[in-house]
Amino acid sequence: MTKKILSTPIKDEDLEDLNVGDVVYLTGHLVTCRDVAHRRLIELKQELPVDVRGGAIFHAGPIVRKKEDGKFEMVSIGPTTSMRMEKFERQFIAETGVKLIVGKGGMGPETTAGCKENKAVHAIFPGGCAVLAATLVEEIERAEWQDLGMPETLWVNRVREFGPLIISIDTKGNNLIEQNKAVFNERKTSAIDRIKSQVRFIK
Amino acid sequence: MNKDQSVQDMTDTMAKFTSYIGKRLPNDVKDKLAELRTFETNPLAKAVYTSMAENQEAADKLDRPSCQDTGVIQYFIKAGARFPLLGELEEILRHATEGATRMGPLRHNAVETFEEKNTGTNTGTNIPWLDWEIVPDDDGATIDVYMAGGGCTLPGKATVLMPGQGYEGVTDFVFDVITSRGVNACPPLLVGVGVSTSAETAARLSKRAILREVGSSNANENAAKMEKLLEEGLNEVGIGPQGLTGANSVMGVNIESSARHPSTIGVAVSTGCWAHRRGKIRFNADLSYEIISHKGAVL
Repeated sequence: MTKKILSTPIKDEDLEDLNVGDVVYLTGHLVTCRDVAHRRLIELKQELPVDVRGGAIFHAGPIVRKKEDGKFEMVSIGPTTSMRMEKFERQFIAETGVKLIVGKGGMGPETTAGCKENKAVHAIFPGGCAVLAATLVEEIERAEWQDLGMPETLWVNRVREFGPLIISIDTKGNNLIEQNKAVFNERKTSAIDRIKSQVRFIK
Repeated sequence: MNKDQSVQDMTDTMAKFTSYIGKRLPNDVKDKLAELRTFETNPLAKAVYTSMAENQEAADKLDRPSCQDTGVIQYFIKAGARFPLLGELEEILRHATEGATRMGPLRHNAVETFEEKNTGTNTGTNIPWLDWEIVPDDDGATIDVYMAGGGCTLPGKATVLMPGQGYEGVTDFVFDVITSRGVNACPPLLVGVGVSTSAETAARLSKRAILREVGSSNANENAAKMEKLLEEGLNEVGIGPQGLTGANSVMGVNIESSARHPSTIGVAVSTGCWAHRRGKIRFNADLSYEIISHKGAVL
């Protein structure tokens, strides 16, 4: 099977045929953006120092080393829990024009609505696979809002075939992890009932 | 050896060990993941297990922290009352954390609350977090180091049930935490459950539970039975790696308990992600040491 590769800038038509569960890779720019950067843009009305229109953000707080020549080296960069950004993401998508949000785990109904309204997708990179990800970063081109410290700085990464990225929210309003959670909740009822009948230790 | 030299030696060893465990998983976790991988048929689950294996190989080869979130550093100390550096341990472990942060390098994960500033050293008020147990009539010290990452810490929850809710209520509580919040915490998880008297005693025991080996059982027959039942039940839910569905949900369920007030059942859940980075090291009085969690490890 050939690899499906998205390149920044990403256009609406690049995303229209993608469905939840599809696996894609990214070539181009991937900017880390997490809790405080979202809060600054949405709540504090500060302009994001990086233009991510047609671009990709990564919910991630990496380990970065400053090399002797003053450049930054990406040591370890894996996704962080995307759900923490749920509060801000719909508005973030609308204001910035970001097309691809990479993170870990699911996001909620607000982000799903934002992805549908503005033709964007959320994708899961396997959590904890941070060295694998770091080896797919060719260069850190810029670092903005360094006052936020290492995890929260906006690191502008040039990446090549970065993935696997598993589409978890598509442009049609589908949400893979929410669908999965419904299945989990259905299955858990029978398991719980069976266990309960065997743990009546208080008699 | 004079005391200053001893303090320096133990600090160096603990800095190296703390850095080491961020790069390589302990034997029990590694073995369990290899086993769970073989059960998967879902293509997404298989792809994720492949990425996980490639990642651990790359981390070992490149000598880098396998996950970027190297956590808040926590040390669980079981020290003999006659361990010669008992009074110096707090300082030793603080300096070891700073050393590991440079050496790893570890991510800067200590944010002073209320000031809301990252200290940049992984040390801060009461961080690294120390948990103490003193063993009478012993002159050694066993230290568990744990990297409490954000993702696997987020599901943590404690409550106090009424006895009428019983162990049936404990079952509901564990399932609710894992199927709602555990999905985002990088499954397959190691689930720690504390069953005790109040919220904070249960919480502490639930954390101790995930320091116990994967596959080990509680000494109490009923507790061991409940561990098995919860493990099987959660696996039936089929959360799979990263919540993408699959053959399993957890690496295991470990329960730790204490006696309780007749009117209360304190219960808490702590979770360890698949990249469950912890290590166990045992020091003798002369500071010779044995690494228990990672066989053949050389610091």
